[in-house]
Formats: sequence, structure tokens, C-alpha cells
Amino acid sequence: MVRGWPMHLEIVARGERSKLWTYLSPVLAIVLTLVTAAILFLLLGKDPMTALKVMWLDPLLTKRGFAELFVKGAPLVLIAVGLALGFRANVWNIGAEGQFIMGAIFASGVALAFHDVTAWPVWLAMIPAGILGGAFWGAIPAFLKLRFNANEILTSLMLTYVATLILLYLVVGPWKDPEGYGFPQSRMFGDSANSPRVIPGTRIHVGVFAALAVVGIGWFVLSKSLLGFKLKVLGHAPRAAAYAGFSTGQLTWLSLLVGGGLAGLAGMFEVAGPIGQLTPALPTGYGFTAIIVAFLGRLHPVGVLFGGLVLALSYLGGEKAQILLGLPAAVTKINQGILLFYLLACDLFIRYRLRLVVPGRKAA
Amino acid sequence: MLIKRRSFTKGLGLGLAAGALPLLGRTASASDFKAGYIYVGPIGDHGWSYQHDQGRLAADKALGITSTYVEKVPEGADAERVIRELAETGHGIIFTTSFGFMDPTLKVARDYPEVKFEHATGYKRADNLATYNIRFYEARYIQGVIAGRMSKSGVVGYIGSIPIPEVIMGMNAFILGMRSVNPQGRIKQVFINSWYDPGKEADAAKALLDQGADIIAQHTDSPAPLQVAEERGLKGFGQASDMIKFAPNAQLTSAVDFWDGYYTERTKAAMEGTWQSHDVWGGLKSGMLHMAPYLNMPDDVKQMAMAAEADIRDGKLTIFKGPINAQDGSPKVAAGETLDDGAIAGMDWLAEGVEGDLPN
Repeated sequence: MVRGWPMHLEIVARGERSKLWTYLSPVLAIVLTLVTAAILFLLLGKDPMTALKVMWLDPLLTKRGFAELFVKGAPLVLIAVGLALGFRANVWNIGAEGQFIMGAIFASGVALAFHDVTAWPVWLAMIPAGILGGAFWGAIPAFLKLRFNANEILTSLMLTYVATLILLYLVVGPWKDPEGYGFPQSRMFGDSANSPRVIPGTRIHVGVFAALAVVGIGWFVLSKSLLGFKLKVLGHAPRAAAYAGFSTGQLTWLSLLVGGGLAGLAGMFEVAGPIGQLTPALPTGYGFTAIIVAFLGRLHPVGVLFGGLVLALSYLGGEKAQILLGLPAAVTKINQGILLFYLLACDLFIRYRLRLVVPGRKAA
Repeated sequence: MLIKRRSFTKGLGLGLAAGALPLLGRTASASDFKAGYIYVGPIGDHGWSYQHDQGRLAADKALGITSTYVEKVPEGADAERVIRELAETGHGIIFTTSFGFMDPTLKVARDYPEVKFEHATGYKRADNLATYNIRFYEARYIQGVIAGRMSKSGVVGYIGSIPIPEVIMGMNAFILGMRSVNPQGRIKQVFINSWYDPGKEADAAKALLDQGADIIAQHTDSPAPLQVAEERGLKGFGQASDMIKFAPNAQLTSAVDFWDGYYTERTKAAMEGTWQSHDVWGGLKSGMLHMAPYLNMPDDVKQMAMAAEADIRDGKLTIFKGPINAQDGSPKVAAGETLDDGAIAGMDWLAEGVEGDLPN
């Protein structure tokens, strides 16, 4: 409220936050994204309705496409559920990508160590290994935060780069495929190290069901347990939480261990099946995209499930648009960007309103 | 009979294309045969993926078909989905144009025996999966010859991508070419662990020039390093395509990947039913590799480069022929001995004159 400003708009907090609109906000954002995308397609000389159908509907119309939606969405959902729990407690784990990589590395270690063992316990042992790897990578920022008060946004993000370099070291060095002509990737895992495919003719693997189970467990923890209550209180009113005797340290540990562990699990399922080996191409940004998913899903496990599927659909749709319409690959990122933009805008206008300020008139 | 059918479908296709709505142009292609391509980079990288797309367009034009491409496909779990999508949507031949697509291509090829697959730069083959690659190292040798004459400091800054044999053999060919005219020539190298990252590539170029290199060579795909050389008034070499428009005063020459003929020939074979799996490794002689015009150099250097090019093409000059010393000066290839394709394709050692270790 600087004196002498000409007529301008101000952002003012709304009194009561509407619960209904908090949940409708992502829906509105999706609708606005579709409208904007339609205009964009029109400008590109494509029939907007056909283009929208190709992008958002066609990928779902075949059994295989529908299955791929879940294959692509599963790691996003697994990671985002963990992040959502932490974000609720104001623990800002931005390094899920690194925890994802470490989970994949630990799981690959098991797969490669028992490469010649052709029994399913190999795969089973990879699951705790993956969780452990991710949780270990999440524990470091937790320790640094509580011991040295280091900001976890920075430490977890920087540890992502460390994880990437460890991955590169392993595939260029000790874990390089001995029969791979020097190419930097591990050997293909044995069949016993790959997740069982559940539905024939699709790539649906056990990890997809694990993601669904985690959504269920996450929902239960958040809405039915004391822990969920603590997380909520800590997020909304840290001082009240302190008065109630909730330990910030405990919740920080928990958020980063659970978030890291789930990201690690996602990494394990990604190498043990869809990829089938450790390669430098493993990190494709799931850990970062999952942040969008967590917010799109209102930090609620069930919402995260839908958010993850919407984001996954945007990838599949982007490929369809390239194949059938000849649109460039950028269409995927543009749609994701527009979606996030509208989501933030909708959230802003649900919590705040605009007020026109005319100089000379006393503010109401 | 075959030819008849082809000309019939061609005529029908042209009619369709003329009458089709713009939107349907892609789905109702100019022929009932569809070719698919997947690229690791954007077609606007002006290097690797751009050049593959140029090949695709040339093949489409020559055969009167409209093909499909998907760009920026990650080399992990996503590749398999995209390749499968192309196989599922009626593409008769599918070109997967990056090394990281090897295992996904193999997996999908097993499930679609009637579809022909072509994987660039890999080594896994099947009855319906062929591999193809270019002997890029031939161009690197010629670049080395030019650098040996053009560099005042005798030091070339070389930006590597990922330390695979493909990149290592290029670096070694370069130093062999360079030392054939300047026995004191040296390479300072940096690996950036990426094929396409204009920011990192430019940073690496600056660092190498600051360390005394006065010519930049690159095994990464963007014109960024060349642009750094241009800014500093120094020289460099393009990669994959002719990058002269990005560095009109700096580019000495460039290796130009020329996939046009290969894509046309293989797609035609698939259309006619004569396609067979194979492994092709073509160089200057086969026409898969071109040299961009030799510019920004004195005439005698240009003559020397052209002579080297002609000798490689005619088979008079064998690049990996002993004596070749390893980095530490120990003999690696004895005099009179020649490395065979297998030894070249698996190269994991640096030759004398290249400084710095491989990332390990």
C-alpha cells in the first residue's frame, strides 16, 4: 500500500477457506487446461476436438494403452503419496528423484549379486533393498536438518545430483555389463529379478498394485490414525503442535524416511521390470513430476492417485499426438506447464481475492 | 507383379493425399505402408536427431509415403511403450535411432515378428531386427589432420559425451590424424555425460579453451561449443550435421551423417518384401558419411584434408593400423597390424596424445 500509487489491484486474503473449492480447484484447472489446449491446437491448424480426443481419450481406448497408463502412473503415485505426507508436515523433500535412483541402485545391487540364482526370492529381496536405499537417502537430509538445521529443500535436492553421479560411477565402473562392449549399463537382470507381470499382454506388474495399496494405506494413516492427525496439526499450526507436545524431530524423520522409502520402492519397481537393468537413462524426472502430482492431488493419497493418472495420461497423450497428428514433443510439457499454472492460479483465487484500489479513496 | 502393386498404391495414395483434409494427412498416409522413427533428441537439435529426420524426409519423398516420428523419447522404460505403440499402429518398419533403445527394441521385435526393426548403433540383432551405424571415426581422422595443421598451441579441446567405444574410437582416430602431421599434438578432453546439453557443452568448451586449447572438437550434438569458438575467434568442428550457419567463421568442417539413402533403401525393401536383417557399418565410401565443405583454412590444409578423405574412401589409408601406442606410451597395436571391426567396436583404451583418464 505505497502512497501515491495510481489505481491498482491488490491481493486480499479471503476470510473463510472453502473446502469445496479446495477440492474443485484441480478439476477447474484441468478444464481450463483443456480449453487453452484447444485454442493452442486451433492456432497450430489442427481440429481442436480431434486433437483433444487424440491426447486425452485415445490412449485409454485400448487394453494395452489403459494398462500403460497405470505402468507410467505407478511410480508417480508411489513417490507422490510419500511426498504428500511430508509436505503436510512442512517437510519439503524436493529430492525424491535422488531417493528413487538410490532405491533402484540398491535393488539392482541385489539383482546383480544374485544374477545366477533363478528363483523368485531374488525379486522379493529387491523390494526391501529398494526401500532401504531410498530411506537411507532420505535420512541424510533429515539428519542434517535436525542436527545442523540445514534446509532440507537444498540438501535433498543436492543429494539428487550425488545419486546421479553414483549411478554413473556404477554403470561405467564396477557394474558395467562385461559383455556390453564397454557401454555404460549393467547386464540385463535375470528373469527371477523382474516383477511378475500380472495381466498377460500388458506391462502391468506387481508395482502397480503396490502403488494402489500404498494409496489405501496412506489414506488410512492420514484420516484414521493419530500420526495423520499430528501431521495435519503440524502443517497447519506448528505452534499448536508444539504445545500439544508433538515432536517435530520425530515427524521430520518419519516424513523423510517414508518419502524416501516409497521413492526407493518406485525406483526398485522401475528397474525390476519395465527397464530390466541399471542404465544412466533411469532418471527421467519422476521425482520432480511427483511434486506436481502431490499438489494436484491436494496432498491427499486418493487425490494423488488421480493426479498421477492425469500426469501419466499427459505423457501418453503427447506421444499419441506426435504419432497421429504430427505435433511436436513439446506438446506434453506445454500441457503439463499450463496445468500447473492454472492449478496455482485457481488456488490463489480460492484463498485470496482481487481488490481494486483507487487512490484518494479510503481503503475499505 | 510387385512393381505393379506398388505403383497402384502409390497412385491411390497420391489421390488420397490430395483429397484428404489437412488433419487426416497423417493418419491416411500417401501409401498404405507406414514407416516409424523414434529420436532421442528434439528434431531441432541441429545435430544427431535432426540429421535422422532429414533422412526420414528424404525417404518419404523418394517413396511417396508419409512416415511417423516421435521425438525426445527417454531411453529408459518409456522407449518400449513408444516402440510398441508404433508397432501396434500398423508401422511396417521402425527405426530406433539411439543406442539406449537397443533392449526395448529387441523386446518389442520379439512380439511383432511381421514388423521390421532397425536399430542404429547397437549390437543386438534378430531375424526382424537389423543394426546400422556410420564409421564416424573416418571423419574424426580428417578433422585431426586439419587440427594438426591449424592449431598453434598444438592442443585440441575435445568434448566427449559418454565414454563408450563409439566416442573413444573417435577421439583416438582424431589424435592419430593429428599426430600424422604434428607428432607433438595433444587432446585435452572432458566428458559431460550427456549427448545433448547446450549449457554444459558450452561450459566445457570455455573450460578447455581457457586451458590452452585453440581448437574445439565435440562428440555432443548441439552447436553450442562451436558457437563458443566463434565468439572467441577460434576454430572448431561441427557434429552430425553441417553447422556452418551457427559458426560461419569458426567451423573448419563437420562430419555429416547421411541417412537418406539407407532409410530409402531399407523402407523400400520392407515395402517390397525383400527386407532382411543385417549389420551395416558404412563410412565415406558407402555415402553414409559426408564431409561438410572445408572452410576457414588455408588452401594447402584444405588440399591435405581432401587427400586424406580420398585415401580413406579408396581404402588406401587404414586408420587403426599399427604402430599405435596407448596413452602411457606402451605399444598397443604392433607395426603392420590392423584392428578389425570387432576390436574397433569394443575400443576401451585411449591412444598416446590424449590427456586425462576416462571417467571411471
